[in-house]
Amino acid sequence: MSSTAPTSPQPSPTPERAGAPAALSDVTASDGALRRFLHGLPGVDAVGLEARAASLGTRSIKTTAKAYAIDLAISMVDLTTLEGADTPGKVRALGAKAVRPDPTDRTAPATAAVCVYPDMVAAAKEAVAGSAVKVASVATAFPAGRAPLAVKLADVREAVAAGADEIDMVIDRGAFLAGNYRKVFDEITAVKEACGASARLKVIFETGELSTYDNIRRASWLGMLAGADFIKTSTGKVAVNATPANTLLMLEAVRDFRAQTGVQVGVKPAGGIRTTKDAVKFLVLVNETVGEDWLDNHWFRFGASSLLNDLLMQRQKLATGRYSGPDYVTVD
Amino acid sequence: MSKKNKKTRQAAVASAAEAGGTLAATAAATAPVAHAAPERASAFAYAPAPESRAVVDIAPSYGLFIDGEFTEAADGRVFKTVSPATEEVLSEVAQAGEADVDRAVKAARKAFGVWSALPGAERAKYLFRIARIIQERSRELAVLETLDNGKPIRETRDADLPLVAAHFFYYAGWADKLDHAGYGAHPRPLGVAGQVIPWNFPLLMLAWKIAPALATGNTVVLKPAETTPLSALFFADVCRRAGLPRGVVNILPGYGDAGAALVAHPDVDKVAFTGSTAVGKQIARTVAGTRKKLTLELGGKGANIVFDDAPIDQAVEGVVNGIFFNQGQVCCAGSRLLVQESIHDELLDSLKRRLSTLRLGDPLDKNTDIGAINSAEQLARITSLVEQGEAEGAERWSAPCELPGNGYWFAPTLFTGVTQAHTVARDEIFGPVLSVLTFRTPDEAVAKANNTPYGLSAGIWTEKGSRILAVANRLRAGVVWSNTFNKFDPTSPFGGYKESGFGREGGRHGLEAYLDV
Repeated sequence: MSSTAPTSPQPSPTPERAGAPAALSDVTASDGALRRFLHGLPGVDAVGLEARAASLGTRSIKTTAKAYAIDLAISMVDLTTLEGADTPGKVRALGAKAVRPDPTDRTAPATAAVCVYPDMVAAAKEAVAGSAVKVASVATAFPAGRAPLAVKLADVREAVAAGADEIDMVIDRGAFLAGNYRKVFDEITAVKEACGASARLKVIFETGELSTYDNIRRASWLGMLAGADFIKTSTGKVAVNATPANTLLMLEAVRDFRAQTGVQVGVKPAGGIRTTKDAVKFLVLVNETVGEDWLDNHWFRFGASSLLNDLLMQRQKLATGRYSGPDYVTVD
Repeated sequence: MSKKNKKTRQAAVASAAEAGGTLAATAAATAPVAHAAPERASAFAYAPAPESRAVVDIAPSYGLFIDGEFTEAADGRVFKTVSPATEEVLSEVAQAGEADVDRAVKAARKAFGVWSALPGAERAKYLFRIARIIQERSRELAVLETLDNGKPIRETRDADLPLVAAHFFYYAGWADKLDHAGYGAHPRPLGVAGQVIPWNFPLLMLAWKIAPALATGNTVVLKPAETTPLSALFFADVCRRAGLPRGVVNILPGYGDAGAALVAHPDVDKVAFTGSTAVGKQIARTVAGTRKKLTLELGGKGANIVFDDAPIDQAVEGVVNGIFFNQGQVCCAGSRLLVQESIHDELLDSLKRRLSTLRLGDPLDKNTDIGAINSAEQLARITSLVEQGEAEGAERWSAPCELPGNGYWFAPTLFTGVTQAHTVARDEIFGPVLSVLTFRTPDEAVAKANNTPYGLSAGIWTEKGSRILAVANRLRAGVVWSNTFNKFDPTSPFGGYKESGFGREGGRHGLEAYLDV
């Protein structure tokens, strides 16, 4: 109901927001308008952006603040397995771990979600049944996204039908780099529609392939205009994935987008975040860029697989004063 | 986080999501929505993370460092140095007078013969050794500097100390290459350099003065500021440990009278001063008509020019760094923000939001962004200029932060509605106070930026390279930064135009001030 701005070419029937918010509906009215808008966004000075991210990386998070950050980070993990060798057994183990990450300590929070391929959604759903843990599924011909739209949409519908609570789609980087923004926009809105009312949509930019910070800012706005519930850095399948700088930039984008439209969008850095120290640095970025409104797993996630065990080991260390080692956390 | 708390958080999120959805549906949804549930208690509050004071051992009293020895002042006078963050007395320091200046200059003169006769490669060895000792003791020196000056440990650790070591390394490299510095074959040193430095970067200003002086074969008598003598005295110890010959470096803590005596001493060949324009003028008068060579690095009222095509988020960072680095007590601070009128409101909103996240407090805490003002005197000066700004009708905004009960503190402040006629746009405040002015065209920006008696620094923020070059060429300032601010490097010359002084420090240019050329 929110998206049926008069200029929108394809009024969306979904009850959730789809297409550009009313305040910005005119900028997506045509290919030209969209291009002018995206290229009119303020530029990004790479040196300055990286310096700011590095300087926030020097924050010293100790004792009570560290305990809070570790629990928060655990609750934000999208525990992920995206391998050709995935089996229902592997996914069941992952689900059990997501629901109760530390079998020796029931006070450890559950993770936010498990993230699997579409054909594993049913198994994942079963594994987390009865808990608050969500099932996220990558779809749209992940990770390359090089498939016809109909195939991508079918991929999404299958995952949603199998019970996925969240869909992690990849954008068409080829179209984006070719300047074909409208195509990317239309694909996202179509996927958003396929998600229906039940699934939240995370839009993956594959920032490592977009290459420049200017592109990442444009992609962020493009994704949000098209109805993304989350914007996500990367698939974890290319050389450069989430970095403090590109995540900081995306946080600035969601902050500015909310200021302009009133719509809050989540952020998910994914790939390459392996240690507690890294995770805490990202939480500092969130805290000092967008503030506590985003310090919640409804608005911020970590796409990661090995991060969780390090968080658990640091949590045990903080609680007991001793570092017990990798044999005291579960390996699945 | 407790389970109960978690539930509240999720409930808050759900209602926030609804609020977001509703607002998106309304056409005039431009204002930010308050998504935060007021009862949310578990904000990400950083626990105190203080750097340990135990790494530095401050003696209860210190002497003057003359001819390789610590000695009392001839007349036995002493003064106390306090920590500006707590007003705690850190130590009692001998106060140099005229007789001590004479003794120190004589020691430096005696040492000059041997020191200047050393091959450059030999002098370099001492400088490299000093640089390495500074690196090895950098944590100790950073804590000491933070205690005596009041600036945050984050800055002394990440900016001051690395730059201090870098300056010694850099000029150590020049010591045996002076023939190739562009000042002719075998350029000769001047003799005894009398150097007077300020309290805002005590150890860094010492490095800027002493490193090129020693590299070129001069000997030194240096007077640190009366509020920050300790790091210079620790440096005296570094010189001893480096085995530097006696008398090559002499340190005379004291007040303005000692500085005046040093500058006026007939056997001083070179005077270098960093400090206020008023004192600089006095020194210029004293030195006029003598053979003494003089460099002055004085005040400033730097303009940070933000064009409408600037990278906004980075410009905001640069503006913050330009005026709130070291509590704005920086001669090259970007204390005037010249913002293109078309983005004034947007930039100001971003700036205020950013300033609200600055963390003011215990300078030894590793998460502190804004430390204490260096002295009660300086705080009084800042306060009076800010009051004048308000009285003249400029609109004041200060970041909401709680100031500690003890010590000297001033909240980050900005003035809007400022014109060229306001005192806060003309006078150097030397504190965390930013004056915001607007312009319409590049010509107007250049005219306003240059419309000051000073000319030390300026910044240009735009994504357009040709504009950077065009504007930079027209700015009358010794340093012009583009899309950054307050970046220092020993290879880069630094100095002023007009009432900001003359002579350059740093880089190859910095050698000239200490050579007979």
